[in-house]
Amino acid sequence: MKKEIFEPYNVSDNNFEQCVKCTICTVYCPVLEVNPDYPGPKQSGPDGERMRLKDPAFYDEALKLCLNCKRCEVACPSGVKIGDIIQSARIKYSKSKPKLRDMILANTDIVGTMASTFAPIVNTAVALKPVRKVMDSVLKIDHHRMFPKYTGLRFETWYRRYAEKKQQEFKKHVSYFHGCYVNYNFPQQGKDLIKVMNAAGYGVHLLEKEKCCGVALISNGLIKQATKQAKHNVEAFKKSIVDKKMPVISTSSTCIFTIRDEYPHLLGVKNEEIRNDSELATRFIFRLIDEGKLNLVFKKNYKKRIAYHTPCHMEKLGWSIYSTSLLKMIPGVELVQLESQCCGIAGTYGFKKENYQTSQEVGKPLFDQIENSKVDFVATDCETCKWQIEMSTSSKVQHPISILAEAIDVEATMKLWQK
Amino acid sequence: MNKNRSKEYDVIIIGGGATGAGTARDCAMRGLSVLLVERHDFATGATGRNHGLLHSGARYAVTDHESAAECIEENMILRKIANHCIEENNGLFLTLPEDDIAFQSQFVDACTSAGISTEIIDPKLALRMEPSANPDIIGAVKVPDGSVDPFRLTMSNALDAKLKGADILTQHEVVDILKDQDRVNGVELFDHAKKEKVKYYGKIVCNAAGIWGHNIARFAGVNINMFPAKGSLLIFGHRVNKMVLNRCRKPANADILVPGDTICLIGTTSERIPIEEIDNMYVSKDDVDVLIREGVKLSPSLATTRILRAYAGVRPLVAADDDPSGRSISRGIVLMDHKERDGLEGFITITGGKLMTYRLMAEEATDLICKKLDVDKKCETANIPLQGSEKSDETLNNVSQKVYSVNGITQKSAKDRHGSLAHKIAKGDENEDSMVCECEGVSIGEVKYAINELHVNNLIDLRRRTRVGMGTCQGELCACRAAGLLCESMEEPGKAKDDLANFLQERWKGMSPIAWGETINEIQFTSWIYEGIYGLKPDNN
Repeated sequence: MKKEIFEPYNVSDNNFEQCVKCTICTVYCPVLEVNPDYPGPKQSGPDGERMRLKDPAFYDEALKLCLNCKRCEVACPSGVKIGDIIQSARIKYSKSKPKLRDMILANTDIVGTMASTFAPIVNTAVALKPVRKVMDSVLKIDHHRMFPKYTGLRFETWYRRYAEKKQQEFKKHVSYFHGCYVNYNFPQQGKDLIKVMNAAGYGVHLLEKEKCCGVALISNGLIKQATKQAKHNVEAFKKSIVDKKMPVISTSSTCIFTIRDEYPHLLGVKNEEIRNDSELATRFIFRLIDEGKLNLVFKKNYKKRIAYHTPCHMEKLGWSIYSTSLLKMIPGVELVQLESQCCGIAGTYGFKKENYQTSQEVGKPLFDQIENSKVDFVATDCETCKWQIEMSTSSKVQHPISILAEAIDVEATMKLWQK
Repeated sequence: MNKNRSKEYDVIIIGGGATGAGTARDCAMRGLSVLLVERHDFATGATGRNHGLLHSGARYAVTDHESAAECIEENMILRKIANHCIEENNGLFLTLPEDDIAFQSQFVDACTSAGISTEIIDPKLALRMEPSANPDIIGAVKVPDGSVDPFRLTMSNALDAKLKGADILTQHEVVDILKDQDRVNGVELFDHAKKEKVKYYGKIVCNAAGIWGHNIARFAGVNINMFPAKGSLLIFGHRVNKMVLNRCRKPANADILVPGDTICLIGTTSERIPIEEIDNMYVSKDDVDVLIREGVKLSPSLATTRILRAYAGVRPLVAADDDPSGRSISRGIVLMDHKERDGLEGFITITGGKLMTYRLMAEEATDLICKKLDVDKKCETANIPLQGSEKSDETLNNVSQKVYSVNGITQKSAKDRHGSLAHKIAKGDENEDSMVCECEGVSIGEVKYAINELHVNNLIDLRRRTRVGMGTCQGELCACRAAGLLCESMEEPGKAKDDLANFLQERWKGMSPIAWGETINEIQFTSWIYEGIYGLKPDNN
């Protein structure tokens, strides 16, 4: 007799059925701790999803209070993608349309292009108290917030003018996804990346045309546009990774996290072909060293006490170990590992007037840690964490790649592989 | 519940299912003095152990015209009088490649002649209407099916009866029918709470005990040939489908998938069992296999959906009096006047039928009772809404918004569960609004309301009133919280621990036939909490 084989298995898109209601996620949620209006990850995620399947009217606009830090997902022992469930619910059910303010905050690309064109005027204007008051009352962008300064010379322009040609001299090559912050606000970080990668023997190239990863579009509900940009970027990544066999590295933990995980999970944009070769510069470099393919020589006189802050998306990626391990390799560095806590800004979240208080209360324990740590500065891989920490503490913040760029003896390092 | 034992009721109704509660309501509305007795709790028999399907009647259209016509008529009445107990989801009858598409036109004709509106839908459109349906379907017909919550429906009938003067005793089991020569004049009950026997007297005793009516009749010395048929069902963790899904063929195993509240159900099987087994329902491995195998044909995603639990109910099928072998069995309503049938005055039996036709059964039974008591009053149950479904000047939203301060989920859930009665839930402070059951969104306020006003004797009763413990965690988080609240209100708090153990044991019973995957993780976690942390023992009861 032929035996009928039937094996039921329990999987669904976001694994919400795997939740065993242990409630650990709720303990790790930084928002719930300070804002009781938020129903918490369990209620908003797996529990709420069941209700919403019964009747979409169970959707609660309070889900907007979620930071999308994904710390609930890191904590979940059952592999439920709680953060994805919440974000997807917002995409699917939210009826409130993005406001003008949200469009401005979300379109980092367009706003960045305009602002950097008129950088001196914009920088002066948005720093003025009266202007910030107007933005506060009209746009509901909290007046405590300082916009990061816009650069007069965009990274892309700088690269084409001064760096592109030289990159051909190298035998090995990577592509660099610089992201909006490096392009419009802080080209120095991109220059540091090129310095480090060149020292390591890699030529650095830009993608054919990169667009903003779209994380702010997603969190502000501009899904159509985010999906369009995601598709564009995946194609651009393919040209580098598949066609030219050049991996893509980035210095922004949030950009790379969005491209690797949020594209398929939230936008339904497939990225299997490029996912493995899209990563953070610190991980790329650490792995070269770990595999014995690279040696770095450090300056003897570099001496710093540095505190490392783990951004939420680094926690989710599980990659902060690469950044901290690299920093520990620098002989003159004394590294203080801060307890992993959300800084509260969550990209554009903290810029909104209604979230300002929550944002600062979430970050408070981290700020206290930093103030008590007596370090020269803080290191972190995320640009918005940097703004938040610099605004809320007396400490300055540097990217691990910038620290490497300063600590490396470039000539000595290059000599090792030029031999 | 100190009822006046010296009083003689006009009618004593045995059985707290939909039929018993419905009959109690009807009798009370016609001005009779009523006592309703139930051995456990409302809706513990077949009433609470079925699909919760608001039949359009389409399922019976081809095989049983009379039932089909009754169903659609009652369907439309329930939409009017019990709107807080039903969901107007509509249903699809799907033809799969293995089914005969020719049956579809026969089906549509039969529906039309029974008064059931149908609409033949292009399979592609049907899939857009109901994306969870099997994509291979070759035909689809839309019918006015829906879902009904049998617990709510029964409770609303009981509440309405009570409001109109009926007395209600739960946890009172009939141990004898009292007779004076050829006339039944009362019942002897065993009070499970006080562990004592009590007698109540009435002019008429109405046996509405479903399959258990077999034994009740024996107490009265008459014989009814009942044939219990077991039907098993599976509950899935969440709603897979929005519309009721049926197979467009002659009724068979596991061919109805019903969305009900937060879950969906597949069923049923059908198996004759000996009458001795009616108090010992279990779902076998074979039942589970059949249900899943057939279920995935309706909706393939069931194969990957978490199963919450399995349960079985007993259909009270009655053999025609001239056919004791049980070959010609009717699924229709059976009303017996034992004076005419057996020469026993003051005793009637109402049985057979379906959840869908409970109101009609109650009407027929009450008509007979009134005739016997010489009361001339018309039935009004088809026109006057039940408790919770009355039209109110205020919209439901306003009613419930006054109640809750913060949580949207508990507010909306309470409104869905109690209809316009939601306003009885105490005006919440933050404490009253916090959740007891997180899966189903039951607040402290709602639990307190149920304990105070809805005849709750234990946690299992509380579950039927509020859905506490019916969600994904099956009592893991809420059982202890609910036990605490119940304990505060009980006269003998010492029993709370037994009650908690009982409740969890009952949850486990439903989970054991399908204990794999996430369900077994969940139950293991639950046992860590209750046995490991709280020191509860499984054999506490």
